[in-house]
Amino acid sequence: MAKAILFDSTRCVGCRECEKACAEKWGNPYNDKIAEVEKLSAQKLTTIETHGERFQRRLCLHCAEPTCVSVCPVGAFEKTALGPVVYDENKCIGCRYCIMACPFQVPAYEWSEVLPRVRKCDMCYARQAKGEPTACTEVCPADATLSGDYEAMVAEANKRIAESPGDYQPYIYGLREVGGTSVLFLSAVPFHELGLRTDLPKSPLPPLTWSVLSAVPDIATSGAVLMGGIYWITHRREAVAKAEGRRSGTRKEVRQ
Amino acid sequence: MRRVPVWKWVFIVLMAAGAYATYLRAFHGLGAVTHLSDQFPWGIWVAFDVLCGVGLAAGGFTLVAVVHIFNIEKYRPILRPAILTAFLGYLLVVLALMFDLGRPDRIWHALVMWNPRSVMFEVAWCVMLYTTVLFLEFLPVVLEKFNLQAPLKLLHAISVPLIIAGIVLSTLHQSSLGTLYLIVPHKLDPLWYSPLLPLFFFLSAICVGLAMTIFESWHSSRAFGRQLEVSLLGGMSRVLAVLLSVYLVLRFMDLSRRGAIGRIWEPRIESYLFLLEVALMALPALLIFRGHTRRPAVLYAAAVMAIFGFVTNRLNVAVTGMERASGVVYLPKWTELAVTLAIIALGFAIFRLAVQYLPIFEEAHEENRAGSDAQAEEDYLLTRA
Repeated sequence: MAKAILFDSTRCVGCRECEKACAEKWGNPYNDKIAEVEKLSAQKLTTIETHGERFQRRLCLHCAEPTCVSVCPVGAFEKTALGPVVYDENKCIGCRYCIMACPFQVPAYEWSEVLPRVRKCDMCYARQAKGEPTACTEVCPADATLSGDYEAMVAEANKRIAESPGDYQPYIYGLREVGGTSVLFLSAVPFHELGLRTDLPKSPLPPLTWSVLSAVPDIATSGAVLMGGIYWITHRREAVAKAEGRRSGTRKEVRQ
Repeated sequence: MRRVPVWKWVFIVLMAAGAYATYLRAFHGLGAVTHLSDQFPWGIWVAFDVLCGVGLAAGGFTLVAVVHIFNIEKYRPILRPAILTAFLGYLLVVLALMFDLGRPDRIWHALVMWNPRSVMFEVAWCVMLYTTVLFLEFLPVVLEKFNLQAPLKLLHAISVPLIIAGIVLSTLHQSSLGTLYLIVPHKLDPLWYSPLLPLFFFLSAICVGLAMTIFESWHSSRAFGRQLEVSLLGGMSRVLAVLLSVYLVLRFMDLSRRGAIGRIWEPRIESYLFLLEVALMALPALLIFRGHTRRPAVLYAAAVMAIFGFVTNRLNVAVTGMERASGVVYLPKWTELAVTLAIIALGFAIFRLAVQYLPIFEEAHEENRAGSDAQAEEDYLLTRA
């Protein structure tokens, strides 16, 4: 059963317990100074962003058809059946195409390391595989972050919107963004006011490159045949011309 | 004491700066030598060293196709320098990748850990295979130098499939470098983002391949006191002008079809750099169409402009067009420039050494071989007739 995270920004109180629990889980340092910087980084795989009086969580959205999985030349990313998109640091060569291509600007790099890795939220894959909630869900005192089965999370989000339509935007962010994500957001204000991109396509991004890439074998084959054909024509023409020019007498005799 | 010429001093300074940057890169990580960030993960090492490097080496496959496939023999004298440039270019691209990759020690992973859905995977394979092909295309020069006939014969036997493989591989990844950017419709400015990016990258690569050939021939002719074959390069420049025009017309048709053409006139840095790029491609075409190609200086200027136009285009795609969406301003750190300049200087130095010690500009062997080939083919045809 695929898992999901539901974050309800109308309930978030900005206590940053999720940030702390996440840092603990990954063994990352966490202090007031790090808490202050409201930006995803190699040390901060989730962050609370303050937008006026409202708080919005940022983390990997675990796309249904992830861009990072498709662009990685060595297949270091994997979309698991459970929902989380996981990263294998032992495969990564550090080309950073995943960072460049992510529509949500999530993956972060260890820029100051000599042997750097990409860092991003893995939706507590190991915990979820054992049936436990994510670290961030467990510590949330306001029930702003929930985790569970995808269908249950969508149902819960729809219920909240239906029960108090005045408090919510009538849309679940992540339901359709780049083909849908395993992290869903609820908000009282338009999502762009919380720093989320609302101009993203509603279909997955990987087909954009795949449509060209899948034509490569055909192009290569027909290109090679075309080149071979031109080679044959240009060289045969030359050989014939030379042969006829130099021994025209003998050739005529042969023909007769 | 003899005076050391200025260019040697420049070379020494560039190498020293490059060595220092290399040390920092190796022992203190990417963060210490670049202004890259999670918001802007690809800088000039990708934009210039890789995107432009691969493009500037396109003279190799262009000329190989012209001479070997289209059998236009008069261009043979400049074939070897073009192959040498391409081979060197690719080696330098791989060298630059060793700086840019976070884990250069794992560059071989792309060989064994496949992800055929990744454009980067395809680029990696094409670059690797094509570098091998270029090595084999260049190898006869070395073998001739040491008069090793047996491997020469073997290489000659496989030359046609090798040449075709080389053209297909290089064509594929020239366009694939454009395909890389198809995945970021939400980040790349509409002035450059287009579903036709692969085609644009391919066409402009052929243009710059021709321009580089003209550029190289001019410099080799000056350096080695050879006469510049104006008629030879004139023909090439006319093809360049036609291709540049086709490229520009397609670019504008595409802009207008996507409804982005109005953005050209918005007062933004993107528009200015777009116009610069277009001007640098349109001017050489105009110069050539106006028939100034008999004057070598004009021909040279046109080629240089086209090269700069190409470089501007690649930098625009990779830097200018990506900056606004990233939310940060990226300007390369001096150490990034130091590495890039050192790599370029290294390229020039190796090219110079190669033409000095290897039969790059001696066509005698080639001509003899071509002659005997024609004879053999002729005999074959006669026996069939």
